[in-house]
Amino acid sequence: MSAITRDEVAHLARLSRLALSDEELDHYATQLDVIIGSVARVSEVAAEDVPPSSHALPLTNVFRPDEVRPCLTPEQALSGAPAVEDQRFRVPRILGEEA
Amino acid sequence: MTTTTTLMPYDEALERYEPVLGLETHVELGTASKMFCGCATTFGAAPNTQVCPVCLALPGALPVANEKAIESTIRIGLALNCSIASWCRFARKNYFYPDMPKNYQISQYDEPLCTDGYLDVEVDGTVVRVGIERVHLEEDTGKSTHVGGATGRIHGADYSIVDYNRAGIPLVEIVTKPIEGADRLAPEVARAYVTELRELMRALGVSDVRMEEGSLRCDVNVSLMPRGSSEWGTRTETKNVNSLRSVERAVRHEIERQAAILSEGGRIVQETRHFHEDTGTTTSGRSKEEAQDYRYFPEPDLVPIAPDPAWVAELKAALPELPSVRRKRLQQEWGVSDLDMQAMHNADAIDLVEATVAAGAPPADARKWWMGELARRANEAAVPLSDLRITPDQVARVCALVASGALNDKLARQVLEGVLEGEGTPDEVVASRGLQIVNDEGELSRIIDEVLAANADAADKVRGGKIAAVGALVGGVMKASRGKADAARARELILEKLGVSA
Repeated sequence: MSAITRDEVAHLARLSRLALSDEELDHYATQLDVIIGSVARVSEVAAEDVPPSSHALPLTNVFRPDEVRPCLTPEQALSGAPAVEDQRFRVPRILGEEA
Repeated sequence: MTTTTTLMPYDEALERYEPVLGLETHVELGTASKMFCGCATTFGAAPNTQVCPVCLALPGALPVANEKAIESTIRIGLALNCSIASWCRFARKNYFYPDMPKNYQISQYDEPLCTDGYLDVEVDGTVVRVGIERVHLEEDTGKSTHVGGATGRIHGADYSIVDYNRAGIPLVEIVTKPIEGADRLAPEVARAYVTELRELMRALGVSDVRMEEGSLRCDVNVSLMPRGSSEWGTRTETKNVNSLRSVERAVRHEIERQAAILSEGGRIVQETRHFHEDTGTTTSGRSKEEAQDYRYFPEPDLVPIAPDPAWVAELKAALPELPSVRRKRLQQEWGVSDLDMQAMHNADAIDLVEATVAAGAPPADARKWWMGELARRANEAAVPLSDLRITPDQVARVCALVASGALNDKLARQVLEGVLEGEGTPDEVVASRGLQIVNDEGELSRIIDEVLAANADAADKVRGGKIAAVGALVGGVMKASRGKADAARARELILEKLGVSA
């Protein structure tokens, strides 16, 4: 039994705005299934006394004081942008016409 | 977009349906630096001048949480009577809009910093307790401008341009529990809640809460259920509600719109709607993505927050006087009625009156000008009182000029007008417009003689003992002096000249 269905892969692709062909969906569904299965094996190792954790380090409360530090210049900030307009990052159309 | 919206008259809608409200309010914190980096947060800076590798998501840059923002969020939670989490994490909210260059927003999901509180608000003399579901901390997004297309909206635009100055500014989201039982007062309750919340933020000093600049933004959820039913209907979420008045109008409009659809057997679509300030109506926006589509997961780049209980207790002990308590105290100090206090509260005049009193004006005078002439002017210009171009100090000065007899009320109104029109301070306006009460006795006496000569009948009546007739003569003097005479002194002089003792 698969850990992830082809439909779920198609849904994730849509959320990520990736246009995948039918062959690609099949391909990724198989690969993702293997990845999920491999990660799932880790939880088999975890015993009752190992709580779920999201961080490798036993640290909490790492804060910085509310102090202003120098920023980039707009030229520096925009230097890697594929397109610039009005000192802003120009991005392609986000959504099409309303359905 | 051209379909006309059918509305059911409000009274009829309320007869048939009961509204349930939910309010989600975003407050931009007034920290000097951003949430996860040291960039400045100044409003209105030139585009992309307050950005760095962290808020632009350049490879390898890592966030570090701003301690002041955490502290402010805890203080907000405490002021809203919430429990403060002993341990919680940030979470990534994944989505593809380019307003966050990381392709996710750092937010909180199932572990908010503050939960389960309430805020009491007053509507029509009744206290309504609004439950608070949660208060969490996240980062604001960049500002997109959509270019091309007919509407300037995201739909149908040719492309967009993005300014990331706002991306990463600490943003607190405050979510109410469903508000039931507000009934026909629902629009007013919604407005009163946002008003009270805004004052609370101001009292805490955590944000400048300027709705017009977007540092306080409100999303309004409304659903209707048929009378007698206990099952809630489908809700809509109206965004873009950028003034207190709009909060009230948006709720009202959604009630009228949804009632019309439901009464015709239609169903409400769960969706985001946009509020339009000019017409007071809402239109459909993008249909709401399911929460799971955001694929939240714990933010691996930030370690958990575990506020020390001693720190939380210290913050709680140091909370300032809360606005509702302050209002009660001021009401006593000023000796005004519940109704007058409520009117000042609704008009957002309490801070202004307080500052005017602090500048030396008697409370009654301060209230009279702010709630009278100045409220009228603000209303005419459709701006909040606090946006009028006059300071509490200047209003106090006008009060002092009236009290000293240098101005009467009529002249004072002209002084206020001059100040509002940018002619300078009250004293400058008095000088430049020549607005001094005529207290030159010779001049006043001459005017009175003229008026008595022109109104011989009235003068005779007064001589004959009909003191009441003096009113017309005083009126004549005021008219002849174009309002600059001291009416009380004029009355004395008239009676003296006519040989009558008052």
